[in-house]
Amino acid sequence: MKKHLLSTADLSRDDAILVLDTAEELARLADRPIKKLPTLRGRTVVNLFFEDSTRTRISFEAAAKRLSADVINFTAKGSSVAKGESLKDTALTLEAMGADAVVVRHSASGAPHRLATSGWINGSVVNAGDGTHEHPTQALLDAYTMRRHLGSLGGRRITIVGDVLHSRVARSNVLLLATLGAEVTLVAPPTLLPVGVEGWPGETSYDLDAVLPTSDAVMMLRVQRERMTAAYFPSAREYSRRYGLDRHRLGALPPHAIVMHPGPMNRGMEIAAEVADCDRAVIVEQVANGVSIRMAVLYLLLGGSEPAAASSGTGYASRQAGDGVEFEAAEVAR
Amino acid sequence: MSAPIPQSEGFAGGTPDKYGRSPTRAVAATSDSDARVASRRTDRAAPAASDESREVFDAPDIGRALTRIAHEILERNKGAGGLVLLGIPTRGAYLAHRLATKIAQVEGAMVPAGQLDVTMYRDDLRLRPARSLARTEIPREGVDGKVVVLVDDVLFSGRTVRAALDALNDIGRPRAVQLAVLVDRGHRELPIRADFVGKNLPTALTETVHVRLTEHDGLDGVVIARAVPADTERDGRTAEKPGEGAAR
Repeated sequence: MKKHLLSTADLSRDDAILVLDTAEELARLADRPIKKLPTLRGRTVVNLFFEDSTRTRISFEAAAKRLSADVINFTAKGSSVAKGESLKDTALTLEAMGADAVVVRHSASGAPHRLATSGWINGSVVNAGDGTHEHPTQALLDAYTMRRHLGSLGGRRITIVGDVLHSRVARSNVLLLATLGAEVTLVAPPTLLPVGVEGWPGETSYDLDAVLPTSDAVMMLRVQRERMTAAYFPSAREYSRRYGLDRHRLGALPPHAIVMHPGPMNRGMEIAAEVADCDRAVIVEQVANGVSIRMAVLYLLLGGSEPAAASSGTGYASRQAGDGVEFEAAEVAR
Repeated sequence: MSAPIPQSEGFAGGTPDKYGRSPTRAVAATSDSDARVASRRTDRAAPAASDESREVFDAPDIGRALTRIAHEILERNKGAGGLVLLGIPTRGAYLAHRLATKIAQVEGAMVPAGQLDVTMYRDDLRLRPARSLARTEIPREGVDGKVVVLVDDVLFSGRTVRAALDALNDIGRPRAVQLAVLVDRGHRELPIRADFVGKNLPTALTETVHVRLTEHDGLDGVVIARAVPADTERDGRTAEKPGEGAAR
């Protein structure tokens, strides 16, 4: 793995599977009486949130605390940012506090990249969502959730529906799922597909009903009203009729297919309330898996002297053989 | 007696096995019944990794040692009641299950066996890149009030066992903890001692001990190699899990 996690495009297949496998082991911690590991004792993780968030911030905080890291939460509201402090000066302040990792959410695409490459801070930067660009840990937890229900993602058909234009979740998912070998179909009205979507791995469609019967998982995206500066569709009601997941469309899915949503949901808009609460929806599980995934990311970035190197093996057995001298032997043999 | 094995014996070729190890590391136990006597034979296929290696323990030896340990565990604890065997991955886990089978043969009762990954509790995590985790499987009965026997392949610095004790502490409160190892190679760095030892193996720090188990390596055997890979100096050695990395 690289030092920073800015985009799922930076993850090789081995890296991605290492994160998922590590999360799987860490998830077992939840069954223990003491849900804490001493691994990151003495390391400081700063949650730097310039944009509102519930799930992501809480789950990064829980993840860091379960690994015994010190956590500093920083939200733009109530900080010097409200007085006009720049990103650079904020970063220099964090560096002075000795942050080993900075988890950053920002409304501007590329802000985490700027933090990582500017030389302002020495720690690892984890992108927790930047503008309409990427949200890598969300994609990782989505892939983890899908893998738990569907097994290996190779050849699986994943349908991502809705406001792709404003969705950082969609972009990160498309890149990660392509790395993992899944076939992604993006479904949205033409106005809500970004320019250049032809160059993304996977396909696009304007017709949800045509795609549903062959989907192994369908991921509904939130219609991001707060980012919409123009009229992208005639009315909420029309959007919901054509692209919303209701009970009727749920019936068109194969029996094993799962329904996902990165949250927060607009019930009745992109997803009907009864669908969101049905037993094929794994939306609450996605949130729970978020903690395991973020623990895995923090451990792999901060746990050693440098970020983890993914071994050439991908399964459980080869991972067991993948440490210590044997790993070096494998490197030599390659 | 100590005739060098001809290079044409097949294993000297170049393809790595399914675990990605270079072949010479896995071949030290050959079918040669004289292998234990032929203690200074040369392992030519990996000139950089190991110059000489000798097998000190073959498959029947391992079987006998485990049988004895199983009896000793039963003797010490007056039967199999309240016992839980926890192996330290990778090879300790296989040994724990073998011991459970042996105990079942003697006592007729199955002793719960599981495995305990200690990676997150190691004191040397920051000396090398973050490592992938192995699985922790605690038997359904739990460890509270039980006698936990930790099982590992090689006891070396004692740091792995210390990490295991810490890990165990977060899982429950056993009535007692005992330690069984297949090989004790000495050079302890912590005040830790094994209760059950398959074989005491005096070694030099420049040597490495490789335990091979059928479940993981395709054959049983313990080999000492005078390996001097790049990182075998003192720092590199303690940076590894003695029972795992450095022991190989």
